Amino acid sequence: MMLDHAMLANLIEDTVVPKINFWIYIILMMTGLYAMISKNNLIKKLIGMSIFQTAIILFYVSIGVKSGSGIPILGAETQREFHEVEHHNHEHDEHPEEFPDVYAYPTINPDDYANPLPHVLMLTAIVVGVSTLGLALAISQKIYHEYGSIEEDEILAQIKTRSDNDD
Amino acid sequence: MTDQLPAIIVLMPLLGALLSVLLGMFDRKLCLPVALVALAITASSAVAMLANVLASPGQSLSYRFGGWDPLVGIEYRIDALSGLVVLAITAVGFLNAIYSKTRVRDESPRREHYFYALYLLLVAGLCGMVLTNDAFNLYVLLEICSLTSYALIAIGNRRAALASFNYVIIGTIGASFYLLGVGYLYIKTGALNMDGIHAALRANDIADSPTIKVGFILIMLGVWIKMALFPLHGWLSNAYSYAPTTTGTLMAPLMTKVMVYIMIRMMLSVFGTEFVFHEEFWSNGVVWIATVAIIAGSVLALARSDIKKMLTYLIVAEVGYMVGGAWLGNHSGMIGASYHILSDAAMTFCLFLAAGIIINRTGEARMNAFDGAFKKYPLTMIGFTVGALAMIGLPPSCGFFSKFYLISGGIEAGQWGFVVALLFSSLVNAVLFFRIFERAYFPKDLASGFEFGGDPDAKPDRSLDQVPYSMLVPMLIAAASLLVIGLANQTIVGWLNTALASFSLK
Repeated sequence: MMLDHAMLANLIEDTVVPKINFWIYIILMMTGLYAMISKNNLIKKLIGMSIFQTAIILFYVSIGVKSGSGIPILGAETQREFHEVEHHNHEHDEHPEEFPDVYAYPTINPDDYANPLPHVLMLTAIVVGVSTLGLALAISQKIYHEYGSIEEDEILAQIKTRSDNDD
Repeated sequence: MTDQLPAIIVLMPLLGALLSVLLGMFDRKLCLPVALVALAITASSAVAMLANVLASPGQSLSYRFGGWDPLVGIEYRIDALSGLVVLAITAVGFLNAIYSKTRVRDESPRREHYFYALYLLLVAGLCGMVLTNDAFNLYVLLEICSLTSYALIAIGNRRAALASFNYVIIGTIGASFYLLGVGYLYIKTGALNMDGIHAALRANDIADSPTIKVGFILIMLGVWIKMALFPLHGWLSNAYSYAPTTTGTLMAPLMTKVMVYIMIRMMLSVFGTEFVFHEEFWSNGVVWIATVAIIAGSVLALARSDIKKMLTYLIVAEVGYMVGGAWLGNHSGMIGASYHILSDAAMTFCLFLAAGIIINRTGEARMNAFDGAFKKYPLTMIGFTVGALAMIGLPPSCGFFSKFYLISGGIEAGQWGFVVALLFSSLVNAVLFFRIFERAYFPKDLASGFEFGGDPDAKPDRSLDQVPYSMLVPMLIAAASLLVIGLANQTIVGWLNTALASFSLK
């Protein structure tokens, strides 16, 4: 089938451009998955695993973004207003059990800020990814000491000859 | 104090893990007592928590970490089902720690403190996974379990490192799929609390959107990889059989069962029955996958001569039981699946403990370890026989009752393939275990098993099976628990009924 330039441009504009983060994460994830499953070298498998995990981190980080939003830190002006309200609430502390006057706080428009929650979640996921990688590298070192190789087919061949000898 | 029980259950093993490493630097003999104390406190908290839950039937306990609102913070939620599963985890963890006394000393000398630290972390992770009501917190606890189990497996025999490496690769794929699925749910619902996700799905009527469906498929795929459902079972056998004895006996009964619990929790609490069983084509398809898993697991088990390998393939078949039962979509099937989580944990535990004793005593990992075993190790063989008969499904053991509920669920749903597979698997188990009984009770070479004319006092410690009490007693308790769970099936099913009543199952 022939696509002329305009149709192709339209297609890309409709399907790829608005969801570019999804496309990139899927491509990265499949690259990682391919390396994990089909590579023979154990270290290459681990590189694939890292790409795979990073793709998911990218996905999470990208879903927190909104168009026209900034980083989720209050500006200096808003911070000062907050401080004043807090100060004010403390001065009139005759009824401590009473609810603080929330309406005195400056209003924050959530649309102005990127969603910080997925980013915070990914801090944990990064830690998990690093520890998995560290553990897996330690295990591959143990495999190397045992078999003198990190190529899977060579290791499997060695296992086969060993178990033949045992029988 | 009783309000804090859910936190104590998770925090005690964490504290124990820390103490185990610190004290182990001075004196490694302190590690086991530390682990035992931590696990004993955890297990008794689990009992007390279950009693609390059962005191108010039909209601679940909620525990908020730091007092935060569930939509912001992390919430633990306990109903009768999760209470029972946590009790099973902590009981297995405690008994297995006693069993590990001599094994760890012999198998990983001078590194006991690291072993017990990892062991306690694994128990903490498993308990947390069952208790938590937060989808992302579940991922973190899942990775705690995975990382500790990779390390625990890798310290096994010479082939353990490669088995562990493959488990790392597969396990990471599974956990990452789960994480991705949670991300899709978060995009649509904006919630991470399981009840929050469910409420948002119902309130906004978005259950039909492709995002939610993709999220559901990804979560299920991740959970199935981690529980070794049949075509995804490749990692399980090597990992569990090359691991150190006490790692195998801890992980084999617990890991897959906890993942089945997570699957049930996801199906019922997060997505809801209307969503999961909406398309009959797909739910029937999963039952068929489970049917294939049962048959394949049984046949593969029959083909093995290595005792531990055989038992690991039985786990693959048992996972098929539970997945099939849960996906039948009716009440009996779900009861069968959740009751089987408990009974299968106990059965697998008992069989692995008994097989561990036999393999340790004879130094032989194949079937011929059992030649004349009854004469040499009578108590161990009694335990093994009880476990095996429960696996086959003879009353009054728990195996019979879980099969009873699963089969009646299968008949109600008209899933005859599943029913036939269950019966077939029972027959295969019978063949499998009677092959061992034959060797153990009627050895071909009579002279090796029976001693004629000799002085009966010639074997002074025959009654002790020449096995340390620390290994024998947990095994016998596990065997007794099979009968207790079986005889108390009506009570347990009654508790499960109250827990499952709130989910509109047919």
